[in-house]
Amino acid sequence: MGVTEQGLLERDKDTMTLNMGPQHPSTHGVFRVVLEMDGEIVKSAEPDIGFLHTGIEKTAENKRYIHCIPMTDRLDYLSPPQNNLAFCLTVEKLLGVKELPARADYLRVIMCELGRIGSHLVWLGTHALDIGAMTVFLYAWREREMILDLNEMISGVRMMTSYIRVGGVAKDATPEWLDGVRKFVDYFPAKVDEYESLLTNNPIWLDRTRGIGTMTKEEAVLWSMSGPVLRASGLNWDWRKRKPYSRYDEFNFEIPTQDHGDIYDRYLVRVEEMRQSREIIKQALDNLPDGPYKLEDNKISLPPRDTLHTSMESLIHHFKLVSDGVKVPKGSAYVPTEGARGEVGFYIVSDGSNTPYRVKLRAPSFMGIPGMCKMMEGAFIADVVAIIGSIDIVMGEVDR
Amino acid sequence: MGLMDEAVDAVETEINNLKLNAKEAIEQLGAEFSGAVYDSILTTKLGKVVGWAQKNALWPATFGLACCAIEMMAMANSRWDAARFGAEVFRASPRQADLMIVSGRVSQKMAPVLKRIYNQMPEPKWVIAMGACSSCGGIFNNYAIVQGVDRVVPVDVYVPGCPPGPEALLYGVIKLQEKILREAGSEQARQRVA
Repeated sequence: MGVTEQGLLERDKDTMTLNMGPQHPSTHGVFRVVLEMDGEIVKSAEPDIGFLHTGIEKTAENKRYIHCIPMTDRLDYLSPPQNNLAFCLTVEKLLGVKELPARADYLRVIMCELGRIGSHLVWLGTHALDIGAMTVFLYAWREREMILDLNEMISGVRMMTSYIRVGGVAKDATPEWLDGVRKFVDYFPAKVDEYESLLTNNPIWLDRTRGIGTMTKEEAVLWSMSGPVLRASGLNWDWRKRKPYSRYDEFNFEIPTQDHGDIYDRYLVRVEEMRQSREIIKQALDNLPDGPYKLEDNKISLPPRDTLHTSMESLIHHFKLVSDGVKVPKGSAYVPTEGARGEVGFYIVSDGSNTPYRVKLRAPSFMGIPGMCKMMEGAFIADVVAIIGSIDIVMGEVDR
Repeated sequence: MGLMDEAVDAVETEINNLKLNAKEAIEQLGAEFSGAVYDSILTTKLGKVVGWAQKNALWPATFGLACCAIEMMAMANSRWDAARFGAEVFRASPRQADLMIVSGRVSQKMAPVLKRIYNQMPEPKWVIAMGACSSCGGIFNNYAIVQGVDRVVPVDVYVPGCPPGPEALLYGVIKLQEKILREAGSEQARQRVA
């Protein structure tokens, strides 16, 4: 910007630079984006991340494997069990664990799907709030509280459960907990219908979401989108079906897809995903096998507590595991899992010691940000918050 | 007993409750009253009344950082209902807020932003450090995280937990309200707006 001879301000460009964030309620955390505006139209959007950089990947290099699990909770803090699972599956692959007890896998699946529902509920509430529908927020939180209560019941904490451990889960499910989950499963479908009755045919919602932030199937693949965004663009891609882990192949469920790839389709996909997750939990409850809830190999998972006073070996294993941790063979591994926002996976390099040499997270939110900024180009300023909400970014796993 | 009598009873109970509430409020204010007219005349200091009003209308800034922000949102929702304590009006602009709930870990990159937002808030203003990370760095004792937000802004109430539940945060808010009332009309309260 310069000054003319008449003393008037002269602009050297026709666009206006607009800063959004990092403290902005609708960026779902501390995301900053610099928008070049031509009137009301966004010309270009440049993301600025790192305001929540926590150094989790670096800190993990100094922690034993079991100590990394609570930190993975704090990456994607809306569906923590999924991160636990991705981490533990990778460590188990490095350890050469072929198969877990069926009960462990089923409990893992229940926790992950509860986490997915909880995450989608937060997304639904905040996304609708950004667009201007306040009521959905209160409705969605009501059901989320039930999930948080179940989390608290089984792990002692509402959000950061750290329930999934290397070699199984932290402790066995109690009958009361299973009853609670069953109650939730019976209660939930009517509530999803309720959300749909508020939004699906709501003319304001349709106007704000249909045909906005569109991404074709090819574009979505090129921009490395995954999860609901990719499926809303028409590609039937879900790691639970493509490469089943944790016995997902034993469950009967659908992968919802849509064709247009706009915000509305992403909404439809996520709402249907909540129903499908509920189906999976129901089947897991119905067929929940008896038996051990973790590996019986005491070099990997802790021996039962009550054997410590009677068995010398148990005591030794317990001491070794707690004081020294599990030693993971040399090598590197990556296991993709389907999180609430897309492909979650850890790439772990092990040098044979009890701490990882390098941990790298493949975070769906992080991969989604360039595509999101692409969607913003050519959109109205008012649609920017709707686009951010439809990608459902969590800054914890973007900045880690 | 007829319908009319029941209605009269209900009204009388209601009036008694109101009187009790008024008495409680007067006692909270540290006001003086004389027996017969205590429910009609009341003398106190202006500073006390201002403090009492501020305590019951805390406007938090919408300042979500990380995991704790989700529990902060839960606090505003129907189950925990921060409105019961007059602290539910979350404001998107710091210029309209007088309470900053630092909900989550503060990174080195975010600290200057946080300081700036704090400076933008009008006085008097209060800060709650929510969660282990903003209180002391929590489990992240490393190069990236500020080891406690009190290195950047003055903190009034620390709420421990990782993350603290909504009930813990509400307890923190109530503790802050007690502090505001205690300080009301004192030199400290004057310094806050100086």
